Amino acid sequence: MIALLGENGAGKTTLMNILFGHYVADEGAVEAFGKRLPPGDPRAALDTGIGMVHQHFTLADNMTVLENIALGTQGMWSWKLDRVGARERIEKMSFEFGLAVDPEASVGSLSVGERQRVEILKALYRDARILILDEPTAVLTPAETEALFATLKLLVAQGLSIIFISHKLNEVMAVSNRVLVLRSGRLAGERVTADTNRGELAALMVGQEVEPAPVPPSEPGPLQLVLNAISTQKRGSGVSLDRISLSLLGGEITGLAGVSGNGQAALAALIAGVEVPTSGEIIVRGTTARDWSPRAALAAGIARIPEDRHAVGTIGDMSVTENVIAERYRTPRFSSRGFLDWKASRAFAEEIIADYDVKCPSPEARIRLLSGGNMQKLILGRALDPQPSVILANQPTRGLDVGAVGYVHRKLLEARGRGAAILLISEDLEEILALSDRIIVISKGQLSPPSARGQRSVAQLGQLMAGHGMETA
Amino acid sequence: MEALDILLTASFWVAAIRIASPLIFATMGELICERAGVLNLGIEGIMTAGAFAGWFTVYAGGDLWTGVLVAALAGAMFGLLHATLTVPLGLSQHVVGIGVTLLATSLTYFTYRLLLPEVTSPPKIEPFQPLAIPGLSSIPVVGEALFTQTPLTYLAFLAVALTAWVLYRTPLGLAIRAAGENPSAVEAQGISVTTIRMGAVMAGSALMAVGGAFLTMSAFNSFFFEMINGRGWICIALVVFGSWRPGKALIGAILFAAFDAYQVRLQQITGGVVPYQIFLMMPYALSILALILVARRATYPKALMIPYQKGER
Repeated sequence: MIALLGENGAGKTTLMNILFGHYVADEGAVEAFGKRLPPGDPRAALDTGIGMVHQHFTLADNMTVLENIALGTQGMWSWKLDRVGARERIEKMSFEFGLAVDPEASVGSLSVGERQRVEILKALYRDARILILDEPTAVLTPAETEALFATLKLLVAQGLSIIFISHKLNEVMAVSNRVLVLRSGRLAGERVTADTNRGELAALMVGQEVEPAPVPPSEPGPLQLVLNAISTQKRGSGVSLDRISLSLLGGEITGLAGVSGNGQAALAALIAGVEVPTSGEIIVRGTTARDWSPRAALAAGIARIPEDRHAVGTIGDMSVTENVIAERYRTPRFSSRGFLDWKASRAFAEEIIADYDVKCPSPEARIRLLSGGNMQKLILGRALDPQPSVILANQPTRGLDVGAVGYVHRKLLEARGRGAAILLISEDLEEILALSDRIIVISKGQLSPPSARGQRSVAQLGQLMAGHGMETA
Repeated sequence: MEALDILLTASFWVAAIRIASPLIFATMGELICERAGVLNLGIEGIMTAGAFAGWFTVYAGGDLWTGVLVAALAGAMFGLLHATLTVPLGLSQHVVGIGVTLLATSLTYFTYRLLLPEVTSPPKIEPFQPLAIPGLSSIPVVGEALFTQTPLTYLAFLAVALTAWVLYRTPLGLAIRAAGENPSAVEAQGISVTTIRMGAVMAGSALMAVGGAFLTMSAFNSFFFEMINGRGWICIALVVFGSWRPGKALIGAILFAAFDAYQVRLQQITGGVVPYQIFLMMPYALSILALILVARRATYPKALMIPYQKGER
């Protein structure tokens, strides 16, 4: 089992997509089992025995497990899909490899862990001898991750080769035999797992020793935001909140841990003012809020760092200036009598660009042209400039490189030092553990009681994330 | 009471099934396109082109079935145009669809004038004749309604069965449905999304054209301007009404046709007391109502109207 290790944007996925034929390489060729693969042809890769489990699953939700697995395995012009044969093979394989899944279940109704099993079965069904897994653990609970690793070890024992793509050092150390480290599209190093250690790999990954942002002890201030027995409306397949209560203290970072899709989105939307509670109350510094809305949330001093900076955080085709004043264009600072004050707006954009070290051609540049890290710095600047008393940081470092992650963390800690109450929502447990003064776990729209720094072990948190013992915790 | 008695007469249901036939063809055509992820708004124009192509083939001395084939081919060609613009080039399916409708309609009228410059009243052909199925057609009402139709109507029902079979029972159908839901799933299994979508649009457009040809070769016996009269747009609504399922869409088509046949008969009964426009409006008003009731819960193909570019995420 080879692990392909690298930062986000190091080129891991690109490399694998070339191997699998989704992308065409500008130069060079792929060889498998002594045969040269034609570029840009996934079919040839499949036929040679390369199977890929994509980070974003390639499953059709409207079809059953069986249909998804059988797709493309039988001649297009046959009059009848061989369901019986396919079913038998799938059942045999899922038994052999411990990949339990019901072939007749609709994929739309499966959990993320089950979907991943379907993806692996899909590759095995085509007699894959090389299995590529792209960030397979990103969406799994710790227990599901353990189960996945057990399956992978079983597969390797059966003679399969596995390429395991990850940016998580502990996983790479746990499962791989050999590690290849990528850094900005280059091979930074190759090590035998048994002969290396986390520190060495981390240095290879980043190119320098990284020092985590120092976390000084917190000085809890007054209550800033209280959610009291709040429920929200259920939207589509999303998880809604069910009578949750939460208190955010000034000068503290409260970390919200949980597997994605357990109500984080609803909670973030609620605090941001996008979602209105169906019951319960929102109390900002002692006053119960009425007519909750994004504008009310902003007026209450709540700053938002949205989860999806492309879709929600910014408007891609508008300029940097327009984006940084988006939340406050109505304030006297940026407009008067219904007219925008472009001079002040531009000055503000320039101020953020300078203060937050944003690399961008000019304040007039369209924001979509900026890299993720620079975009996030702008959002951070926009959110922190008015000295908010509450900061909602939803996945603030997702997809950023180590340098940018450290920067975001330092800024959040600075705001904490200033007395802001911060809610840090993250799927990265390490990030939560590193920054949070108190940790709360969210599972199926319910919150666990808070625990102070170091009070619960990772295993205990994992149990809570999987929904076990939420009531008694 | 008279108004309800109509519903029990065989002649009413015969008419309803006849009116439904072109809608059934075109609805199946649209459904196949949309299941593959392409909204085909060229339907109205493609039906017009099919109506003319089929009719003219017969007028020029061809066999009726040759006419159907020519209509299907004409439809497939416009489908190819639509698919080329929307699938590999990834242009807006709305804009291309409306463009194809305008082009196909105008081109048809232009060709009609070019080929038949002298005519003042539309020339007639000998259309498909009703073909009673022995035995089955003597079942009262139901048998009469279903089995005293022209061969093209039987073909319409066959098209529904075939569409359902292909979509749900064959490997090809899996690929079509997956292409409309998550094209990257198709790509990841080594199948070309472009081929599947283009093929689906061409096949679907051929069915739409046969639907148009039904009007000139079975329901009537000549071609005249504006004869499609919005039927294509109705079919788009019928696909939604049927939640993208062939069987449900068939029921929708028959329901709509029944409303249409019913309003004609109601006009006769009320004898001018109520303005006839009210009745003309009825099927459309009812289909809006039906859409509100049914389509709110419909699960549409998730990749519908989203162009797929290989390697893009």
